[in-house]
Amino acid sequence: MAAVDLHTHTETHAHTDNGHDEHHHGNFWTNYVFSEDHKVIAKQFLITGMAWALIGGVLSVLFRLQLGFPESNLSWLQPILGSWLTPEGKIDPEFYLALVTMHGTIMVFFVLTAGLSGTFSNFLIPLQIGARDMASGFMNMLSYWFFFLSSVIMFTSLFISTGPASGGWVIYPPLSALPQAMQGSGLGMTLWLVAMALFIVSSLLGGINYITTVINLRTKGMSFTKLPLTIWAFFFTAIIGVLSFPVLFAAALLLIFDRSFGTSFYLSDIYIGGEALPNQGGSPILFQHLFWFLGHPEVYIVLLPALGITSEIIATNSRKPIFGYKAMVGSMLFIAILSFVVWAHHMFVTGMNPFLGSIFTLLTLIIAVPSAVKIFNYVTTLWKGNIIFTPAMLFSIGLVSFFLTGGITGIFLGNSAIDIQLHDTYFVVAHFHLVMGSASFFGMVAGVYHWFPKMFGRMLDEKLGYFHFWLTIVGVYMVFFPMHYIGIAGFPRRYYSWTNFETFSGFADLNMMVSVAAIITLAAQFIFLFNFIYSIFRGKVASANPWNSTTLEWTTPRHPGHGNWPGEIPTVYRWPYDYSKPGAKEDFIQQHIPYSETPESNLPHENELVKLELDNGSAIVVEDQKH
Amino acid sequence: MEKMISSEFKIVEEPKQTLAMNPKKFAMWLFIGSVVMLFASLTSAYIVRQAEGNWLYFELPSILTISTIVILLSSATMQWAYWSAKKDSFSQLKVLVSVTALLGVTFLVLQFLGWKDLVANQVYLVGNPSGSFLYVITGLHGMHIISAIVFLLIVLVSAFRLRIHAKNLLQMEMCTTYWHFLGGLWLYLFVFLLLYR
Repeated sequence: MAAVDLHTHTETHAHTDNGHDEHHHGNFWTNYVFSEDHKVIAKQFLITGMAWALIGGVLSVLFRLQLGFPESNLSWLQPILGSWLTPEGKIDPEFYLALVTMHGTIMVFFVLTAGLSGTFSNFLIPLQIGARDMASGFMNMLSYWFFFLSSVIMFTSLFISTGPASGGWVIYPPLSALPQAMQGSGLGMTLWLVAMALFIVSSLLGGINYITTVINLRTKGMSFTKLPLTIWAFFFTAIIGVLSFPVLFAAALLLIFDRSFGTSFYLSDIYIGGEALPNQGGSPILFQHLFWFLGHPEVYIVLLPALGITSEIIATNSRKPIFGYKAMVGSMLFIAILSFVVWAHHMFVTGMNPFLGSIFTLLTLIIAVPSAVKIFNYVTTLWKGNIIFTPAMLFSIGLVSFFLTGGITGIFLGNSAIDIQLHDTYFVVAHFHLVMGSASFFGMVAGVYHWFPKMFGRMLDEKLGYFHFWLTIVGVYMVFFPMHYIGIAGFPRRYYSWTNFETFSGFADLNMMVSVAAIITLAAQFIFLFNFIYSIFRGKVASANPWNSTTLEWTTPRHPGHGNWPGEIPTVYRWPYDYSKPGAKEDFIQQHIPYSETPESNLPHENELVKLELDNGSAIVVEDQKH
Repeated sequence: MEKMISSEFKIVEEPKQTLAMNPKKFAMWLFIGSVVMLFASLTSAYIVRQAEGNWLYFELPSILTISTIVILLSSATMQWAYWSAKKDSFSQLKVLVSVTALLGVTFLVLQFLGWKDLVANQVYLVGNPSGSFLYVITGLHGMHIISAIVFLLIVLVSAFRLRIHAKNLLQMEMCTTYWHFLGGLWLYLFVFLLLYR
């Protein structure tokens, strides 16, 4: 006995000493507005993100009206759009460009970056790794309020008389750099840049916090190999963000100098109305390089959290361990690394050296490998599972479907030769809306359905969830599938109208169908909105662990207080996917259950972990002698 | 050990404490990582743009060599300040932190004089991107130096309130790291600007 170091398990470990395990009682402002509690901040991000999603969705329906019904009279929208309608009741062409630009900006950054990462990284990281809160609650609060300020500025820009930024969400100069180029490149563009600068600050504050928390605040026993895949996904997302957002900042900074101080980083040889501008020696391609060095990783900033959320939901609702845990982590890591070396595939038609193009084609196509590994693993997790079709599960399966159908077209677009035909056509629009837009959106919605009970202590209504799911998935496919045909036929994106020439009117009926489907899809989201608001107050009361899930967040009470666990933080003994383990009493074993309590289901090597027991039947705690 | 209750001892395998370092220090390193990316992107943009031709060649102001020496000197005084904090020699700590801050301000003044030399040499912010890049890169680095001087002043206040000592070095360590980083960053930028003109 002399060799073993005995100590009681009731001894508190480092985390508990950090303080706040009892509920803090503050006033309304400190509890709900300037809260430093990660759960409240997550809800703030979620609700702001949902508001933005609604705005972004409405904008898309507005421009779909123009594309689907170019001849119709929209003067009934006069009260909302005011002078953005022409006297004939049609959408002003410049406003059309503003709509497209703001739809992209809002959806990519405000909904699927802040709304998705902000919500679920904040909510799940501390709960799933067993931490009381984020590494810095204050930084976390700042992160939300920078985002809020950025949101206010971006929202304001929608209402100024010259309109918001209109040069596309990629804001390529010289279009975005010269106020003379279009109305939106005036004040609207300035506000866009200010808002994005604040957004970048918010992202960096959040990202630094997420990484620090995952690395430093894991509970005892939560080694990296025991992390749920959600946490891995948020971790990689945050790393990508911290490395790529500063580059967007650099791009925006140089653009600000060009716009406001007369430098020529991106401008050269420009004539407006026959007059030469003084700017000489700039390169607009330089902006594209800088922009896409963020822009491409941004795709994975948007997608990876959704993939992480889905891994968790699919494993839980298939009642099976995730297939290929290490392959899942490895493929996410591989995707994250590759995301930094493929940016020029957005620029194949900028006059790039064809040899360089072939290198970027090769690197781009390699992404198909880890992506295929992920899809394979989702399908094999579902294979022969006891699948429970909760709304969250349906949306997760929907994500896998979009990831596949949208991903396959990426193989075409990643080809520098085929891209010459397809570049900037509706084929591209269809591709990224399926693989990145809809897939990430489905991941986000799935996450809300799955973690709503932990967020608000009540359940979302399942029947409304099914309606929401089927209308949305059918709607999304009806919107984006036809776009492939429109794109292959050569129709360019961002065009206001094609009907001026008889030759290009061929797809008018298809465009009409797309627009109708888009309206139905948006309408379906109101079912969700109703469900969300209604269930916060009137939903069925949730149990602490309604999905019989294994991860740590379900060990907290129904309404986790500030500090998450009322007593000691649970210690972790096993990986997060012990579902349907042969021999086990139930079809799930939570992460904090030690192997010694589950002798009936332990595998031989797990029995090894159960070190020794005393003769008198009471067990002792054994620690390695490596002090 | 007398109070053993069997229910408390059902857990027999003891999970290890996870690997961890001070979260604040760690966050600092991540911040440094993002600053590295910011300047890496600007210097790559510089190279990419330069490769396209139409690039104005000019001599770097010689005063930048002096500012480089000053910033390196300040790194030395900063490290010395850190060592004195470790040895609890408070008066030395206060003097050295102040000297570092003063050297930082001197560096900024020298950078500004460098800009004046550039203007005298007909190199303006507005004009060929080769000059614009120089202004933006040095300016952005200067902004970071200002933030580090603010940090130094916070440390100085803590030093006067005797909050920095051998057992409470976190703030001092973070400030030292940041200061060395910005010195190193300038050294990189300076060499870079010397090599790619």
